[in-house]
Parts: sequence; structure tokens; C-alpha cells
Amino acid sequence: MNVVVCVKQIPDPNAPGKLDDATRRLTRDGVDVVLDPGDEHAVEAALVVAEQHGGEVTVVSMGPPRAVDAIRKALSMGAARGVHVQDPALQNSDALSTARVLAAAVKAQPFDLIVTGQESTDGYSGAVPGQMAELLGLPLLSFAKKLTVEGGKVLIHRQTDEGYDVVEAPLPAVVTVTGGINEPRYPSLRGIMQSKNKEVKQLALKDLGLDGQAGGSAATQEVVALEAAQARKAGRVIEDKGEAAKEIADFLAGLKVI
Amino acid sequence: MAAVWVFAETTDGKPRPIALELLTKARSLGETSAIALGPGAAQSAEALGQYGAGVVYAHEDPAFSEVLAQPAVDLLASLVQKHKPALLLFGMTYDGRDIASRLSARLGAPLIANATDIGPHAGGSWAVVSPLFGGSTLVTTVPKGDGPAIVLVRPKAFTPEPLTGSAARLQRLTDPVDRSRPSARVVRRETEQAQGPRLEDAAIIVSGGRGLGGPEHFKLVDDLAAQLGAAVGASRAVVDAGWKPYAFQVGQTGKTVKPSVYIAIGISGAMQHTVGMKGARTIIAINKDPEAPIFKLVDLGVVGDVHKVVPQLTEELRRRKA
Ligand SMILES: Cc1cc2nc3c(=O)[nH]c(=O)nc-3n(C[C@H](O)[C@H](O)[C@H](O)COP(=O)(O)OP(=O)(O)OC[C@H]3O[C@@H](n4cnc5c(N)ncnc54)[C@H](O)[C@@H]3O)c2cc1C
Ligand SMILES: Nc1ncnc2c1ncn2[C@@H]1O[C@H](COP(=O)(O)O)[C@@H](O)[C@H]1O
Repeated sequence: MNVVVCVKQIPDPNAPGKLDDATRRLTRDGVDVVLDPGDEHAVEAALVVAEQHGGEVTVVSMGPPRAVDAIRKALSMGAARGVHVQDPALQNSDALSTARVLAAAVKAQPFDLIVTGQESTDGYSGAVPGQMAELLGLPLLSFAKKLTVEGGKVLIHRQTDEGYDVVEAPLPAVVTVTGGINEPRYPSLRGIMQSKNKEVKQLALKDLGLDGQAGGSAATQEVVALEAAQARKAGRVIEDKGEAAKEIADFLAGLKVI
Repeated sequence: MAAVWVFAETTDGKPRPIALELLTKARSLGETSAIALGPGAAQSAEALGQYGAGVVYAHEDPAFSEVLAQPAVDLLASLVQKHKPALLLFGMTYDGRDIASRLSARLGAPLIANATDIGPHAGGSWAVVSPLFGGSTLVTTVPKGDGPAIVLVRPKAFTPEPLTGSAARLQRLTDPVDRSRPSARVVRRETEQAQGPRLEDAAIIVSGGRGLGGPEHFKLVDDLAAQLGAAVGASRAVVDAGWKPYAFQVGQTGKTVKPSVYIAIGISGAMQHTVGMKGARTIIAINKDPEAPIFKLVDLGVVGDVHKVVPQLTEELRRRKA
């Protein structure tokens, strides 16, 4: 059972986001970067499948040179090897470019299952997995809060507004996971040591045969403006000295909702 | 006028609220058609017409509800080739996102997600506004190229408004559905939504966070909600801890809600939470930390212990009702 997991390195979500004034895109300069916390769930899910069925996990990431740190983190959790696609031409890639690159990089690996996060924490478009599945001609099982593999099939509990749907597909397939699916493991000291010796293959656009088909030059869209949103103006804040419940009740009565 | 298409999600022949939200916006942008797929889809044509769809394309094959995304993408791709719409609007829902992203890859078309507003842009293109950083910044993106642009719109971005005297022409489709391909199919549906009003539709929402201290204390929220006839919501911290199912989650990765009143109980107000609720008309919060970011958004904030204030409030409301 070969599992590929796609992970993205993002600016630390606990630090305030910054945009580059010139390119009007999220900047990674001068900010701490981390493996996307959402993708840690994808790594965990991939490792569990490989452990249960025998097999290995390959981590694929597209990003600037230091994105290799995100790959190492996944390797220290237990993945076997990494593939890092980096190319100066890939700056300012949109979702479709990213999907093209990932689809090509994944195709060059042996795989039965591809696992991704449901959406990146910084961009939260959630478009890449569906686009990648389409480019690879594979079924997409999205928003999995439970994942099992059995007899050449993958079965998930897919989040819905009302509860969940049980969804099934033959392998190979692409699965996106929600944060609720598992508790990602912490890398062990041994895992961290071993990760340093694991192979991370470096690929450029021409290695994937995608020269000119991905990155800024292939962008399908352009950011034209950025502005601060209108802030809500703060109202009254009171301290509870035993009367707060009455105050809230009066306030609700004033709104005519009680 | 530009042709603007709306992917209209329906349940049992009735449009979902998102379909009506999208149509209300779409009709201000161009000549509007709706695509409704799955059993009962044609029945929704009348309602879709009332909200501005001039034509409703309906295909009632059960495959559209049983198989994820692929059949819808096949059909949409062939309709797009035939009619060449300029803009396709999808709701940022589970199905909307899957279908829109596959379709963009199939057509090589631009996809812009998380939209909260759309307007015309110079040169016949579109200016699409989406929030970043929990809604503190707005980004305007313009799709390039002359093919159709695909936009995923966040639920509740627009308020549905019916038109008077407007009706749709129903066009039933019978294109064959490809069943030969490996695909993801729904084998069973499970419901875990509690009784009471749905989060998406509720006028009042009472939401609980980690500040409640444990799952056994969530009853404080449930009781207050019951007293107010409100829907119950939750922060992700609470959902991740397993105190409430995911269906209750409000925020970036949960639901976007827009009630008249939102009461946040023991919720800090992280931007990933507030992006899903700051459209509420009135916000009330109870939190013991005067520095909690939620207080920047409130109309009324109470610095206090939820274990004291909430039961007192429920009791006070009960007393006033009696
Ligand atoms: C990619 C991503 C997506 C996310 N999506 C979502 C999302 O959709 N929805 C969401 O909610 N979050 C989301 N989050 C998580 C979000 O960042 C916060 O971690 C989460 O909202 C915190 O939940 P909370 O307010 O319940 O808990 P905390 O932040 O721990 O806040 C608890 C609050 O309770 C107060 N408190 C404690 N005890 C008491 C008491 N006795 N009385 C009164 N007050 C008390 C504390 O002062 C504190 O302010 C996301 C995060 C990421 C990275
Ligand atoms: N640059 C990237 N490298 C590897 N995986 C990615 C990249 N961008 C997105 N992904 C994957 O696609 C998922 C959804 O991201 P997005 O569509 O950008 O919101 C992420 O959780 C990752 O698993």
C-alpha cells in the first residue's frame, strides 16, 4: 500500500498574516513558517493506512527552498521519503498551477492512495485536491472525518451539514481529511534523528515537463486591490457583579427577541 | 448582457438557501440561468425562477446525488462548451467546492474561492472580493482569459430577495450519464443534527467554547438556547475535543451564520471563529478575560464566569416568560 500525502508549508497561523505590497500575495518573508496544521492530520491519516496495510508514505510538497522543513517534519512523524518541487518560476502560483505540479509529481511516484488536507490554513480555497483529482482522473472523497481502506476500496465518513455520508470508491483515489479525523502524533526523538537521513528528491518544473504551464506566467487570475475591511465598532463591555444576567435579559428585551 | 450561471443545489425538489442567495446576486450581473441536478431537480424551477433564473436546466438522474462531483462536472463541461457562459457561481459548500474545483481543472478555467462579493470589472471581466485573515482584509481578484470564470461564494454573503412576476423556462436535460468510470459513491447518509432550529436558519444562536470547562457543562448552553428558542453552535476547540459533533461548528472550517443575535459563551474570539459569525446583527459575549478578542466585536460584553452568568440568565428569562 503506497500512500502519497501532499503537504504545504504556511506562515505560522498564530502570527498575524502579512501581504506583500508589491505582489499583493501572502508573504513568507520574515515570518515563521510551519507545516500546515491541517496537513498534519493528512500525514497522520496516511501513516495509519500504511501501518495497517503495510507500505510506505511519500510526502510531496511544492514550495520555496525552506519548504523542505515541512517535508522533514512529516518525515519525522514517520513518512519514508519526500519529494520537493521548487522552481523560481513557481512563485505566485494559483491553485490550478499548484494542482498541475502536484499531479505531475504524484504521478511519478508509485501510489494507491493520495491524502491531502481539506483546505490550507492560509489560503483556505480547498481547490487544489479536487483539481488534482480531476487532472489525475481519480475519484475524490472529500471532507473525511473517518477513513478506512479495505479490499482495494477506500471508505470515508464525509462531513455534511446534517451529519455525515458514508462514501466509497475503488483505489487509487484522492481523500481530503478534516481536522476532526485524528490527533496527529508528535515526532519522536528517534523519528527526528531518522528523518535527517531520509531521501528528499528535488524536482524543478522542467523535470515534470511543465515548463510554462505552471507558476506566475500561467496565472489564471490577478489580485487588483487590497483593503482593510470595515471593522465592527465595539459596544458596551460590563463586569459581572451579580447583575449581568439581568442586563443581558434587558438588552435582549430591547431587541424584542424575548 | 453576460450569461451568468448558478449551480443551484436542491434537496427534495426545493432550492437550498445558497441557491437563492446566488441567484439574487447573479441577476444583478447578467442574464441568469440555473442548473439543478438530481431527483426532483425540475420541481425547483418555479422557485428558482422567482429569484431570477431565466432558464433552469434540470437533469433528474439519481447519479447526480449518488456519485460525488464527476457526473455534474461532465454535464457542466458540455453545457459550458455549448452555451459559453461568462461566469459560473457555486456555493462554497461540500458539493459546490468539489464540483467547482474539478470543473476548473477540466476547463482550465480560473477559480476564485471564498467570495463575499462580485461586480463587473473593466474589459468585461469580474471583480471578486474575498476576505483574508479572518475578514480583517479584503482582496479583490480578477479572473484572466476569455473562458468562463468560476467563483465559489461563501454562504450568507447575499440575502435572497424574490422578484415579482418572474418565471423560469424549464429545460429538461437527458444527456447520458457515464457510469463506467471509477468514482466515489454515497452508500449511506447519517444525520446527527440535534432537534431545534438549524444553525443556518436560526434567528438566535447560542454558541459555547472551551471556557465552559468540559462537555458536562455544555448543558448551560443547551438550556439557554432552549429557553430562547435558539440554535446551538460551538467553537472548533469544543468540536475537536469531541464535546459536540462537527455539524455545530461555526467559523472558517465550520458554518457561516448570520443570525439576528449571536451569544458567545466562553469563546475567545479567534479570527477563524469570528469569520463565521461576525455578520450577526447583534453580538453578545460572556468571557472571564477582559482582554478576550471577542469583546472587540460585541454589542454587549460581560466579563464574568459562564458558570454563574449563564444559569442566572436562563433563570431570569424563564422568570420573565412566566
Ligand atoms: C485552519 C484553522 C481553521 C480553524 N477553523 C475554526 C472554525 O471554523 N471555528 C472555530 O471556532 N475555530 C477555528 N479554528 C480554531 C481557532 O483558531 C481557535 O483555536 C478556536 O476558535 C478557539 O476556541 P475557543 O474560543 O472555544 O477556545 P479558547 O480560545 O481556548 O477560548 C476559551 C475562552 O474561554 C474563556 N473562559 C475560560 N473559562 C471561563 C469561564 N469560567 N467563564 C468565562 N469564560 C471563560 C477564556 O478566557 C477564553 O477566552 C481554526 C484554526 C485553524 C488553524
Ligand atoms: N504547495 C502545496 N504543496 C503540497 N500540497 C499542497 C500545496 N498547496 C495545497 N496543497 C494540498 O492541498 C490541500 C488544500 O489546499 P488549498 O486548496 O490550497 O486550500 C492542502 O491541505 C494540501 O494538502
